[in-house]
Amino acid sequence: MSDAATQRATRSRWLLLAPALAVLIFAASGPLLIVLFYSFLTPGDYGGVVWEFSTDAWFNVVLEEDFFTEEVGFADAHLSIFWRSIKLSLMTALLTFIFGFPTAYFIATRPKEKRDIWMLLIIIPFWTNLLIRTFAIMELIRAEGTVNTLLLWTGIIDEPIQMLFTEFAILLGMAYVYLPLMVLPIYASLERFDFTLVEAGYDLYASRWRVLKRVIFPLAKPGVIAGSILVFVPSLGAYVTPRVLGGGKQLMLGNLIELQFGAGRNWPLGAALSLTLLAIVMVALILYVRAAGNEEVRHG
Amino acid sequence: MAKQGFDIRRQPGFATIAMACFVVLYLPIILLVVYSFNAGTSIAIWEGFSWRWYVSAWQNEQVQAATIRSLVIAFWATLIATSCAVLAALATTRQGRFRGYTLVFAMINQPLMVPEIVTAVALLIFFAMIKVATGYTGLFYLIIAHAAFCIPFAYMPIRARLQGMDLSLEQAAMDLYGTPWRVFRRITLPQLWPGILAGAMLAFVISLDDVVITEFVKSAGQDTLPTYMLGQLRRVVTPEVNAISTALLAISVVMVMGFFFLSRNKK
Repeated sequence: MSDAATQRATRSRWLLLAPALAVLIFAASGPLLIVLFYSFLTPGDYGGVVWEFSTDAWFNVVLEEDFFTEEVGFADAHLSIFWRSIKLSLMTALLTFIFGFPTAYFIATRPKEKRDIWMLLIIIPFWTNLLIRTFAIMELIRAEGTVNTLLLWTGIIDEPIQMLFTEFAILLGMAYVYLPLMVLPIYASLERFDFTLVEAGYDLYASRWRVLKRVIFPLAKPGVIAGSILVFVPSLGAYVTPRVLGGGKQLMLGNLIELQFGAGRNWPLGAALSLTLLAIVMVALILYVRAAGNEEVRHG
Repeated sequence: MAKQGFDIRRQPGFATIAMACFVVLYLPIILLVVYSFNAGTSIAIWEGFSWRWYVSAWQNEQVQAATIRSLVIAFWATLIATSCAVLAALATTRQGRFRGYTLVFAMINQPLMVPEIVTAVALLIFFAMIKVATGYTGLFYLIIAHAAFCIPFAYMPIRARLQGMDLSLEQAAMDLYGTPWRVFRRITLPQLWPGILAGAMLAFVISLDDVVITEFVKSAGQDTLPTYMLGQLRRVVTPEVNAISTALLAISVVMVMGFFFLSRNKK
C-alpha cells in the first residue's frame, strides 16, 4: 500500500473507533482518573470534598491514629473487612471448583449434539439477574424461608436456624451466582480433550483417581485457572450479594466503599478504598496472564 | 467402550455432583417463580394459586414508573452501545493489529475487568461534578453509563461474526465499483445482521439487570426495576417482589435463548 492509502486506512479506523472510545472515556476510563485525584483531597463535612491536598485517605485505608494518644495502629475494622473479602472470595472459588469441575467434565463427556443443551442450562442462570438469583437464595434460607419451614415441619429442628445475615449466607450466595463462571472455562478446556490419552493411562494400569490426577486434571488446568480468576475477581468486588445476604452486618469491601459515600461521608477514603480494590484485582489478573502464558509455553 | 463394561470417560460420583449442581442452580429460581403465584402473603407456605401479586405489581405506580424507566434506559443504552460496537468491530477486525490496538482492546473490555463497584464510585464522583456544574439531573447519566458497560457485550458477538465472514463478496462488490457505503449497506450489513442482533440482545439484558452502577448514578426518584427491588428487600417481603422477579426473569430467558440460537446458527 502507498503511504497515502495507509494514512487513509489509519484515519478511517480511528474515525470508526471514535464513538465507542468517546462513550468509554466519558463513562468508564476517564472517571477512574478522577477517582485517583479525589483520593488525595480532604473530605467535606456533608459528603463531597474540600479542595485541599491530603494523604489522609490513603493513610486510613489500613491504618488509624488514636484520637487521644495520637498513636498510629492498624485499622482493625478495615483489616477485618479486607480479610473477610479475600477469605470469602477464595472460599467461593474453591467451592465453585469442587462443584464446577465435575459438572464441566460431565457435560464435556456427553454426546456432541447434547452438550449444547447442557451448556445452555448453565448459561441461562448466568444471564439472569444477579439480584433476583441472590433474592432467590434469600427466600430459601431466611428464618421463615423454605429450608427452615421444611426442617421445622419434619421436626428435625424446633427453632429456625439463623442462616441469613451470616458469612455462610454470603459464601453460599456468591458460590451460587458465580458457579457458571467456573464451569464455562473448564468446559472449554475439556471439550477438545483427547480421550485416547485416558485410554493409554488405563492400558498402563492406572486407577481412575490416578488418571484424573495425572492426565485429565493437568490438561484442564488452564480452564481451572481461568475459572478461579473469573470467580475470584467479581467475588472480591461483590456488593449486591453481601448487602442482601449479609444484611449490613457482614460487610465486604464493596459495602465498605459504599458506606464512605453514604453515612460515612468520607469520599476521599471511599476513592482510596476503590483504588485499593482495583489494585488487588489487577494483581490477580496479571498473575493469571502469567500463569496462562506459562501453561502455553509448557504445552506448546 | 461403554458396552465392554468399562467406560474410560466415567469418573465415579461426577454425574451425581453434576446433577446436584443443576438442581441447586434451578431449585431456588423455580421456588421463587412458584411462590409468585401464591394466594397467601408468605414466600414459604403455599396457600393456593392466584394472580393477585401480579395484579398488585401491575397496579403499583412505583413499579410502573420503574419499569418504564428501565425499558427507556435499556433501549437507548442498547442503541448507543450496539452502534458504537459495530463501528469499533469494523475498525478492529479487518486489517489485523495496528498501533494502539492493545490500548483500544483494553478500553473496550475495561467494564469486564474493573469491578463494578469501582466504576460506580467513579461515575458517582464524576457525574456529581457535572450535575453541580450544569444543574441537569435527567436520565442521560444513566443512559450513557449503561451504554459504556454494554459496549463489550455488544462488541463480542459482532466481532466474532465479522471474523468468520468471507471477504470475497465485498471484494467483488468493490471491483464492480461499489462505493464503500454501498458495499457496507448491501453486502456487509446483511451478513453481519445476526451478530448485531445477538449483541443488541445481550446489551439489552445487561442494561435491564444492572444494579450497582444504577444505584450509584441515579438521582432521587430515578429507580429502575432492580434498584426498586433492592430497596424493597429491606422491608417485609411479599410475593409481589417474586412476581416482578418472575417477569424480569422471563425477559432475560427469552433474550438469552434468542442469543444462543442466533449465535449457534452461524456455522
